[in-house]
Formats: sequence, structure tokens, C-alpha cells
Amino acid sequence: MAEQARPTATSRPISPHMQIYRWPVTMATSIVHRATGLALAAGTLLVAWWLIAIATGPHAYNLFSMVARSLGGQIVLFGFVWSLAFHLFNGLRHLGWDSGFGFEVRTANRTGVGAVALSLLAAIAVFAYAYLEKGVYI
Amino acid sequence: MSAQTPIARVEGLGASHSGTSHFWRQRVSALALVPLSIWFVCMALSLIGAHRYEAIAFLSGPVNAILMALFIIAALHHMVLGVQVVIEDYVHGEGPKIALLVSNQFFAWLVGAACLFALVKIAL
Repeated sequence: MAEQARPTATSRPISPHMQIYRWPVTMATSIVHRATGLALAAGTLLVAWWLIAIATGPHAYNLFSMVARSLGGQIVLFGFVWSLAFHLFNGLRHLGWDSGFGFEVRTANRTGVGAVALSLLAAIAVFAYAYLEKGVYI
Repeated sequence: MSAQTPIARVEGLGASHSGTSHFWRQRVSALALVPLSIWFVCMALSLIGAHRYEAIAFLSGPVNAILMALFIIAALHHMVLGVQVVIEDYVHGEGPKIALLVSNQFFAWLVGAACLFALVKIAL
């Protein structure tokens, strides 16, 4: 009984396979919430760099500005702003759930799509304002 | 020795021995960060392309300096709690887990001390 041979192949469907499994909205937003949280943890170093650069002197501040204005800097900053926006909007969903609201599948899916859309809009709006209104790069 | 029964000592504390305190502190810091992070983005936007002396003048204002300090403290507190859960979820070896949990705390203290020192130097 204990030595029963294990089937090497089976026609039964095995557990959801990553490549064919359609990610539910709530699962995707949950994973992205964590990912953006970790990204923002790294982003605290940018805030620290900015403050230290202001405190240190003109050369340190110019170096920070130069890096921030570069293409790589702009990409990192867009990632930072979008991560902050998504973590904020999706965090509001979490606070809602913690208060007992928004658990229905339809509602949870809608607010999830809403958090993704709003965060992208917010990040694009921030950069559009930076480029158009201020006329300068960050 | 406590006169409490064993069940009274553990009731409501759960497997982590800290009850809901982690959960609660995560939510309170999240609530604080809703207005603070919006303020932070608006502040950063207003300082785009600013000279260093403009940034110093801005952060020297008492309201801005205090909001900046609150943002740093709330964000780093929220970060420690969040990253701690990620480590506890994915790192199972006792040694690496403890090492990462300690590093998480040290990282936050270091970044926090650096940010607050810089802020004090700017504002005073």
C-alpha cells in the first residue's frame, strides 16, 4: 500500500499554471501592492539623498538635480511617483476592506481597476505638470 | 509569577505574541500617510527646478519642516512594518530571517536619522 506507484503523467488538470492562468484583478493588485511597497522602501533613499544634498551644499544639490534630470533619473522618478500613487489608491481599498466595505467581487474588481487607472493618471498628471507648467525637467 | 491563568495570558495575542498591535500600527501609519504623501508630492512638484536656497527657504518654514519630519517618520514606520511581513512570508530559514528582520530595522533607523539630521540642518 505504501509502495503504490505514483502516476508520472496524468490527464487531470493540475493546479493553475502561471502561463495559462488568468490573474484575477484582486490577485494582481495585491501582488503589485507588495511590489510597489518594496520599491517605495528603496525610494526612501532618494528622499534621503535629496534632503542630504540640500543640507550639504550647492555642489551636492547640483549633482542631485543633474541625476534627477537625466533620462535614467526621470524613469526612476516616474516609477517612484507611480508606485506612490498606486500604493496610496490601493491602500485606500485596504483601509476600506479593514472597515468592512467593498468585499463584493464586483466591487473589489472595480476598485482594483480604478486603483490602477487612477494611479497611472496621477503619475502622468504629475509629469505633465512638471514638463508643461514648470517648463523644466525635475 | 502571575496569578493569571495560562489562557488569560495568551488570549487575543495569537501566534506572534503581539496580538493586533502590528496590524493596528500598519493601519494608523497608513491613515497618516494618506494626507502626508499627497502633501509630499505637491511639495516636490512646487520645488521642481528650484534653486537650493529656495528649497532651504521652503523647508525652513515651521509647518513644512514639521510635515516633512512627520512624513519621514510615518513612511519609515510603515515601511518597517510592511517589509517585515514580506520577510516573514518569504524567508523561512531562521538565520536569514532574523538577519533580514534586523537589517530592516537598522535600514529604517539609518535612513530616518540621516533624513532628520539633514532636515534639522536645513531648517535651523
